[in-house]
Parts: sequence; C-alpha cells; structure tokens
Amino acid sequence: MQTTVAALPPRHYLNDGFGIRSWLFTRDHKRIALLYLATITLFFFIGGAMAVLIRLELATPAGDLVTDETYNKLFTMHGVMMVFFFLIPSIPATLGNFLVPLMIGAKDLAFPKLNLLSWYIFVVGGLFTLYALISGGVDTGWTFYTPFSTISSTSKVVPTALGVFITGFSSILTGLNFIVTIHRMRAPGMTWFRMPLFLWSIYATSLIMVLGTPVIAITILLVAAERLFHFGFFDPAVGGDPVLFQHLFWFYSHPAVYIMVLPSMGVVSEVVAAFCRKPVFGYRIVAFASVAIAVLGFLVWAHHMFVAGISVYAAMIFSVLSMLVAIPSAVKVFNWTATMYRGSISWQTPMLYAMGFIGLFTIGGLTGVFLATLAVNVHVTDTYFIVAHFHYIMVGGALMGYLGGLHYWWPKISGRLYPEFLAKLSAGIIFLGFNLTFFPQFVAGYLGMPRRYHAYPPDFQVLNVLSSAGASILGVGYLIPMAYLMWSLRYGRAAGSNPFGAVGLEWMTTSPPPTENFATTPVVAWDAYDYKGEVEGRVA
Amino acid sequence: MSQTHVVPTRVYYTIFAILMFCTYLTVQVAFLDLGALNTVAALAIAVFKAVLVVLFFMHVKYSTRLTWVVVIGGAFWLGILLALTMTDYLSRAWGTFG
Ligand SMILES: [Cu+2]
Repeated sequence: MQTTVAALPPRHYLNDGFGIRSWLFTRDHKRIALLYLATITLFFFIGGAMAVLIRLELATPAGDLVTDETYNKLFTMHGVMMVFFFLIPSIPATLGNFLVPLMIGAKDLAFPKLNLLSWYIFVVGGLFTLYALISGGVDTGWTFYTPFSTISSTSKVVPTALGVFITGFSSILTGLNFIVTIHRMRAPGMTWFRMPLFLWSIYATSLIMVLGTPVIAITILLVAAERLFHFGFFDPAVGGDPVLFQHLFWFYSHPAVYIMVLPSMGVVSEVVAAFCRKPVFGYRIVAFASVAIAVLGFLVWAHHMFVAGISVYAAMIFSVLSMLVAIPSAVKVFNWTATMYRGSISWQTPMLYAMGFIGLFTIGGLTGVFLATLAVNVHVTDTYFIVAHFHYIMVGGALMGYLGGLHYWWPKISGRLYPEFLAKLSAGIIFLGFNLTFFPQFVAGYLGMPRRYHAYPPDFQVLNVLSSAGASILGVGYLIPMAYLMWSLRYGRAAGSNPFGAVGLEWMTTSPPPTENFATTPVVAWDAYDYKGEVEGRVA
Repeated sequence: MSQTHVVPTRVYYTIFAILMFCTYLTVQVAFLDLGALNTVAALAIAVFKAVLVVLFFMHVKYSTRLTWVVVIGGAFWLGILLALTMTDYLSRAWGTFG
C-alpha cells in the first residue's frame, strides 16, 4: 500500500526550531495542537484520578473511604475537569487544530496568533480551576446549581466559576478561528461539498461554540457575582428564580454535549471511509445532519429540568423537540453502516474505535430517547441511569472517537507508527472495561440508586463492584496507549506520508508535515473519499 | 476587507445625540406608572439603542451580507433562548390549583 521510503523527511514542523521558546511562541497550528494535547492529557488524568477515588469509595455500600463532603468535591471536580478541560477542547483543539488547515489545503488557520492566545487562555482558566481544587475544592456538582452554589456552599465556587468563565473564551476563539478558516482559506477546487465530513462536523461544532459559550460564561459569572455581592438573579428572597439558572446553564450545556460528540462523529466518518475504502454513504445527508444536530441541539435543553418545577406544557414541548435530535443522529449511524456494507473492511485500530463509537453511541443515544420521554424521565432523574446514559455518550462516544482519531492521525502528527498489536489490544480492553463500568449503572439506576451519594443500600453492591472492577480495567486501557504513543515518538517506525492509503489532502504531504504544510498550494479536482479515483489515478 | 467605508463624523454625532435623547426618555418613562408596560417600554428603548450602535458604531450597516447573516443569526439565537425560556414562565401557572 505504501511505496515511499520509510524515513522521516529531513525538514518538518517538529524539527523546525527547538527549545521551549520555539513552542511557547509558536504560531504553527500543528504545534499549538500538540500544546493542547499535552495540556488536556494532564487534565484527563487529574479528572481520571478523581474517578478512581469515586469508584473505590463505591466498591462498598458504607461511606468509609472518604467523607460525604470530600465525595461531593470528588465528583464535582471529576465533572468540571472532564467536561470543561478535557472533552470540550479534546478533538477540536487537538485534531481540529492540526487537521483543519491540512484538510483544506491551507498553510495555517486564519488567525494563528489568536490560536496561540486561545491556548494561553485555556491554561489560565485551567490554573484557576486547579487552584480551586488544591485550595479546598468545590462541592456543587459540575452543574453549579443555585441556590446551593450561590447561598449554601462554603467551598471554592468563585475561583472555579472564574476558571470555567475564562476557559469559555478559549473555546469561542477556537470556534471563530475554524469558522473563518473554513470560509476563507479553502484551496482552489475545495468546494463545500468536497470537504471531508470531519470538517463539516468541526464547522457545526464551531457554530455551537460561538453561539452557546457566551451564555454559559455570563451565567457562571452571574453565579460568582450573586455569591459575592448578593444580587437577585437566582435568589427568590430578592426577586430571583433558581430555575432561571438552570435554563441559562442548559441552554449551553446541552449543546455542549454536541461540542463533544460531533467531532467524534467526524472522525468516525473519516475512519469508516478509509478502512472500508469507500465514500461515506449519502455524503451530503451526513454533512447536513451535523448542522441539523447543532441547530436542533439548542431547542431541547429543558429536558434536564422536567422535575425542577417548570411548566408541564413547556416540558411537553421540550420532550417532543428532544426526540427530534434522534433523527439526524440515526441518519449518521445508518449511513456509516451502509458505508460498511460491501466495503473491503480492514480491522485496524482506528476502525476498532470507530466500531466501538457506533455501538456505544447508539446505546447512549437510545437511552437518551428514554430520558426525553416525560414519564420515564421522572422515574430515573438523578439516578445512576442518567450517569450511565451520559457516560455512554461522552466516554463511549466522544472519547472513543477521540482515541480513534488520535490513532488514525498519529502517524501524520508524529511521523511514526505505533505498535499495532498493543493498540488493538488496548482498544479491546477499553471497550470491555467501559461496558463493565457503565452498563451495571443503567441497572442500578433503573432500580432506583440515586447519584451523588457516597453510601448506598447493600442491595446495590454487586452492581457497584462490577462497575468498580470495570473502571480498573478501563484505567489500564487508557494507560497502555499513553505509554506506547510516547514510546513511538522516539522508537516507532517511520510511517511514510500515507500509511493507511487514505484519500485526503492531509495524506498528500509528508509525515510529519513541513511547517508550511504543502510545498505548493494543492488544487483539488476530486470529491472527498474518492477511493475509486485513487485506484484509477484521478486523485493526484 | 477590500474597501473601507468612510462615515462622515456628522453621522456619529447624530447617532450620539439620538442615544442621549433615548437615555433621557428612559429616565422620564421610569417616572410614569405604566403598569406592566414599564418593562416593555424600557426594553423597547434599550433595544432601539442597541440596534443603532450595531448598525452605525459597529459599521454593520455598511458591511457584507455575510456579516448581516452573522449578526441576525446571533440575535435569532438570543431569541431562541428568550422564547423557549418564556414557554416555561408564561405557562407555569396554568392548570395548577391554589
Ligand atoms: Cu441534554
């Protein structure tokens, strides 16, 4: 499949300047992607450490490992770290940053300095949150619900809120950068409907970032302001309404789920096409489905509030609207399946992750339809059913896609191959560990086990032991790729420009690419995923 | 980007005067008891002022169609937030007793 001589090119973005300054002042989108990769990996392992402690505590029914207050802080910090500092930036800021210019045939993003700035903002926001963590922690849950967060909690709400507020700007700037880049910087011949579907999903994600993030930023600032100065936004005693906080919070935080999962869907489209050697079935429909998910995602938020005392009539409207999101999501799942039909499938690591995504996302999505149903929602609200559901979306979906994408483009990013056997093995371990961790939580939740308690009735112990055992397997599954990807940076075999024989501009430059990406601006005369054209020599 | 529109300073002074007059109006209206219309009046004046700022001070009036799409899109999304939130507040009391 691979004819180029397997050696790293003499000149590429990684050896174009050395030393800490060449990284901290870089404007190269590829280096900024790696800065993000290092930062979010750190946050992932901090958030993961919290998860380990949570699962250890829940291995026995008695609340014996940590106090109830510490437990509250653990799940809060786990949520804050994973949502705001890992999942939201995960694919857009790393793979998106790396690939958007490469995939459209550009030298960089439209605003390279702004791109670097958004990383610095992200770091500052992260430092605020780490300060809150070290100086005592927060116990409000990652959702910061009022009135607890504004009146009752005695923990570090303000620094955490500021951390999330600051990080929001990094998200907005990244989204803005992608939108402008995709509009203005496409290479000649790269029309909207020739773009890889990854870019459509990144574009849709960017729309959510730009339209939604300002709302959460202001809302979280209002919480801090109300806490400090006792304004009356959310406090009924001074004319506010605590439910208003939930409206504002979920107006962003429901679409935020699509910030996490849409990019993964983009990865799956790329990977499925590359490893079935076929164009994605119904390309245009899949492209529009991304935009439809982004738009519909803004019309459903009150499904998080059905038992919060909102109007039953509003609840009915939101229930129906929530179910609509299932349509474009299902379109994607069916189209990936149709792409695989009669494809010549090769089961390499990225494809295993893509398959994992499709299955687990489907379970997560369908349980989401249960939750959109008013009566079922009342039964399972604030139980482990919810916890299981959103972990199927965020870990089974978003994280699987992230790892799949990281493996698929790792040879492009690093110029080197990872050990395929270990990679397949850890993909299997992660799939197994994930299901063992979270499937029992559906059962526990359905039987009535509430979330966010450090002790529980002994009846639930078997399910919780299963879950904790699964979590330890999952943890091992995450450490293995961490180890061999680092190893491959130095010892991996050189990958060559296109190790998977994939179609796409990013595969038509060296691995790792030169700082300016392409020696000459490419001219595109083929559609995305033109695998037939690749064979017939139409793809230059 | 290719051509910059030069706006005569006269326009800025006029808009500034209108904004100041509207501020005066807001203060005066605050002293009238319009019942439920108090909020409506204050918000209407505020929205009018915001539109003037966006159109003239932010140069949207002289910008490309794509800029218009972005501005209207942003306002529309704010509309979604307000409208769907109001479906809750306006109908919360319906069909409840006591
Ligand atoms: Cu939701």
